[in-house]
Amino acid sequence: MANFYDDNPDLLFHLDNADLDEVITLVEDNFTQNGTYDHAPRNIQEARQGYRAALKVAGEITGTRIAANAESVDEEGSHFDKGRVTYARGIREDLDLLLGADFGGITLPRRYGGLNFPTTVSTMIIEMISRADASLMNLIGLQDIGETINEFASEEIKSKYLPMFTSGKVTGAMILTEPDAGSDLQAVQARAVYNEKTGTWRLYGVKRFITNGCAEVSLVLARSEAGTKDGRGLSMFIIERDDTVQIRRIENKHGIHGSPTCELQFNGTPAQLVGKRKMGLIRYVMSLMNGARLAVSAQALGVAEAAYREGLKYAQERIQFGQPIIDFPAVYDMLTMMKTQIEAARALVYETCKYVDLKKEYTKLVAHDPTNQENKAKLKKYTSIAAMLTPMSKAYSTEMSNSVAYDAVQIHGGTGFMKEFPVERLSRDARITNIYEGTTQLQVVAAIGGIINGVLEDLLKEYDKKDYPVDLHELRESLTSIRSMLNKCISIFAEKKDAEFQNYYARNVVDMACDLFIGYRMLDFAVIDDRKKVVAKLFIEKAFDNALKLVEPVIKNRTTAIENRNLLLGL
Amino acid sequence: MEIVVLVKQVPDTANVGADAMKEDGTVNRAALQTVFNPDDLNALELALDIKDKYGANVTAISMGPPKAVEVLKESLYRGADRVYLVSDVKFAGSDTLATSLILKHAIEASVKNYDLVLTGRQAIDGDTAQVGPQVAEKLGIPQLTFVTSVESVNKKTIRVSALTDEGSAILEAKMPLLMTVEGDVNVPRPPRVKRLLKYMNAVSEFQMEEDWLTDEEAKYIKEKGLKVKVLSFCDLNVDQNLIGLSGSPTRVKEIHSVVFKSIESRAYPATQDGVGSMMNELVSEHIIG
Repeated sequence: MANFYDDNPDLLFHLDNADLDEVITLVEDNFTQNGTYDHAPRNIQEARQGYRAALKVAGEITGTRIAANAESVDEEGSHFDKGRVTYARGIREDLDLLLGADFGGITLPRRYGGLNFPTTVSTMIIEMISRADASLMNLIGLQDIGETINEFASEEIKSKYLPMFTSGKVTGAMILTEPDAGSDLQAVQARAVYNEKTGTWRLYGVKRFITNGCAEVSLVLARSEAGTKDGRGLSMFIIERDDTVQIRRIENKHGIHGSPTCELQFNGTPAQLVGKRKMGLIRYVMSLMNGARLAVSAQALGVAEAAYREGLKYAQERIQFGQPIIDFPAVYDMLTMMKTQIEAARALVYETCKYVDLKKEYTKLVAHDPTNQENKAKLKKYTSIAAMLTPMSKAYSTEMSNSVAYDAVQIHGGTGFMKEFPVERLSRDARITNIYEGTTQLQVVAAIGGIINGVLEDLLKEYDKKDYPVDLHELRESLTSIRSMLNKCISIFAEKKDAEFQNYYARNVVDMACDLFIGYRMLDFAVIDDRKKVVAKLFIEKAFDNALKLVEPVIKNRTTAIENRNLLLGL
Repeated sequence: MEIVVLVKQVPDTANVGADAMKEDGTVNRAALQTVFNPDDLNALELALDIKDKYGANVTAISMGPPKAVEVLKESLYRGADRVYLVSDVKFAGSDTLATSLILKHAIEASVKNYDLVLTGRQAIDGDTAQVGPQVAEKLGIPQLTFVTSVESVNKKTIRVSALTDEGSAILEAKMPLLMTVEGDVNVPRPPRVKRLLKYMNAVSEFQMEEDWLTDEEAKYIKEKGLKVKVLSFCDLNVDQNLIGLSGSPTRVKEIHSVVFKSIESRAYPATQDGVGSMMNELVSEHIIG
C-alpha cells in the first residue's frame, strides 16, 4: 500500500515552493509559542520540517488504512434506525485513526488542543483524505465549524467546545440549508426564540441536506428577528444535540456514501448565540462557507488524483490491438490533460490557501491594533484577493474533478461502468463537489466582481515585474494575449451595461481568469523545475486556444439564447 | 505497571543487495535501508494498548549502532514514555546469546521494577526468534511466546491468548514475565503528530557530542528532555568476555537471497471434487499431513 504523501511529489513541490514565510511567522506569533507548547516550532525551518513530518503521517494513514476501507464504506453507507444515525464501520475506524494521530484540529490554536498549522498544510491533508475516501473528508472537513467558532464566538464558547473537537470527543455539522432555502440562504425560516426571563434561546424548524446532521455539536443558522424576511434577520447559534433534535431521515445518495446527510427538526432546542445577532448570514456563514469551499476544492483534487491514477494504471495494463491502450493518442491525450489539470488546480488552490491565511492573520493584527494603517490596507487587499480566489478555486477544481473522473471512466471503457473498479465510485463521489457549498454557477457570481473590478489585474501586475528566462518568453506572450482577451470582455461588459448579457457570459470570463492566474503560477514553477516547464507549456497552449473560444461570443455579441429563451425551450 | 519493550532497527529485507553481508559474516548495516522491525512494532502496540487500558509506563530499549536512535524516536512518537539506546563498539558482532546477556543488563540497569518485557517474535534480519526467550532465561523470569493478544491484566497476573501448534490457547502467568509477540496480531497505531513535532528534535547522547550541535541547541535539548540516554559498556555490569564477537559462539558462513519461483502450476476446479483431489495430491506429496 502507498503513502499518499510520499507517492505524490507534486504535494511536496507545492509545500516547498509556497511563499509561506510570512504566513508561518504570523501563524506562529513570531515563534513565541515554543515556551508554552513543546510541539511548537522555533523557526520557519523547523515549522516546515514539522509540516512535512505530519503530512507523511497523514499520507501513511490515508494511503494504507483509509484507502483500504473506502470500498466497504461506499458499499455499506450510513445507517438510520429509529431516529439514530450510525456511520459505516470503516468510517468510525478512519475517524479514530485520524483523531488518534492528532488530526482533530489541524488549524486550530494550540491552547484549544489544535496543531496551529497553516491552511496550506491542512488543505493538503484534506486532499489526501479525499483521495482515500471522499466521504470521510466531509466529517473531518467539518472542523471548519471549529474555525468559525474560533473566529467569532466568545471565549466561553471557544474554551468549552474547541477542545471537544480537537480531542475528537465530538463531531460537528453546519446546519444551514432548508427545503426552501438552498442557494438562497436569505430565505431561512427556522426560528430562534429568545426567552427574556431565562435569557436563553430555543430553536424551532426544519433543516434539510445536513451533512453529518447527527453531530454532537453544530452551528445553526436561524431567524432571530421575528417578522424579517431577508439575511439581516438571521443569527448563528451553537447547539448540542439532545432529544429536542429529531433526525427525520437520511438521504439515499448518488455518492459520498460514508457521510450521512440528514433531515432535522428542532423542537425547542436550547441554543447559544455565536457572535452578534443579525450577523449570522452576512458575516459568519460567509466565512464558514469560504472555508468549506476551499475544503471542497481539496476534496475535488483528491478524488481527481485517485481517478487519474486508476485511469493511468488501467491504460498501462489494458492491452487492445496488441498494445497497451496508453499508446493510443486518443487515450494519452486524455491522461496528459487529466494530469495537467490536476496540477493546474493545485497551483490555484494552494496559492488561494496562502491568501486565506494572510487575510486571517491580518484580521487578527488589525483587531489587536486598529490604528495601524499599513496593516489595515493589507487586510483590505488580502480580503478581496481571498474573496475572489476562493470561488475561482472551487469552480475550477470541482469542474476539473468531474471531467477527470469522467475521462477516467472513459479510459476504462465498459469496465469503468461496473462496480468492480474504484473509478465507478470516484465518478459518483466527484459529482457532488461542484454542487454543494455553492454550485459552480454561484461561484461564478462570487468571483466575477473581483475579476471585473481589477483585483485580478492587480494580482497579475506583480508577475509583470518578474524576469523570466528566454525560453519562457513565448509562454509569457501567450498569457499576455489571454489577458488582453479577458480585459476586452470586461470592457465590453462595461460599455454594454447589460446585466443579463454580463451574467450570461460571466462563466466565460471566470474560466479565462482561472486559466490566466494558473498560467502565471505555472510560469513561476517552470523557472525552477524542468518538468513543470513542459506542464506549463501544455497548459498555456490549451488555455490560449480555450480563451479564443471563450472570448469570441462576447466580442461577436452572440445573444441568440438570451433573446429567444422561451422560444428555444418551447415555452 | 512497568513495561519494557525491546525494539530493533533492522535492514529492510525487501531490498537486499550483494553487499548485505560483511566478510566476517555479520550484517553490513551501512549498505541497507533500515526499518522498525515489524514484529517489534506489534509488541510496542500491545504495550501501548495495555497502557491505554490499565495504565502503565512504557520503556522502549534498543540495542544497535548510534542510528538505531531512530526506532526509539518512532517509539516516542507512538507513545513510549522513556527510551534507552544500548550501544557500544564493544557490543558489535554480538550473536543472540551475547545480545540477550547485554539486554538483560540493560533492562536491569534502566527499569528496576519491570512487570512485563515485550518483544517481537523475531527480527526480519536474522529470523532466529532466539533473543526474546534467551533474555527471559538470563533475567530468570517465565516467558510466553507467540502471544497474539492480552485478555486481562490483574495485579500480579496476566492472561493472554497465544498461538500453539494446534491452534491457540488462553494462558495465564505471574508477572514479572517476558512475552514475545506474534507479527500482524494488531495494527500498530500511527505516530501522534504532537509527539512527533516534539520528539523529532530528540538526539542520542552520541549526537550530543557531534560538531553540528550548537551550545544553544544542546541546552534546548536538555531542557526539553529530548536527550536519549545511551547505555554503554561501562553503564552495564557485564563481563566483556561474554559479549561482542569474542563472546559469540555463532558463526555465519554465508547468506543467500532466496527467491521463490513457481516452476510448475496446476489448476483445480473450485468444486468439492476439485478441492478433494488437490488435498489428496498435497498429502501424497507430504506437503501437508
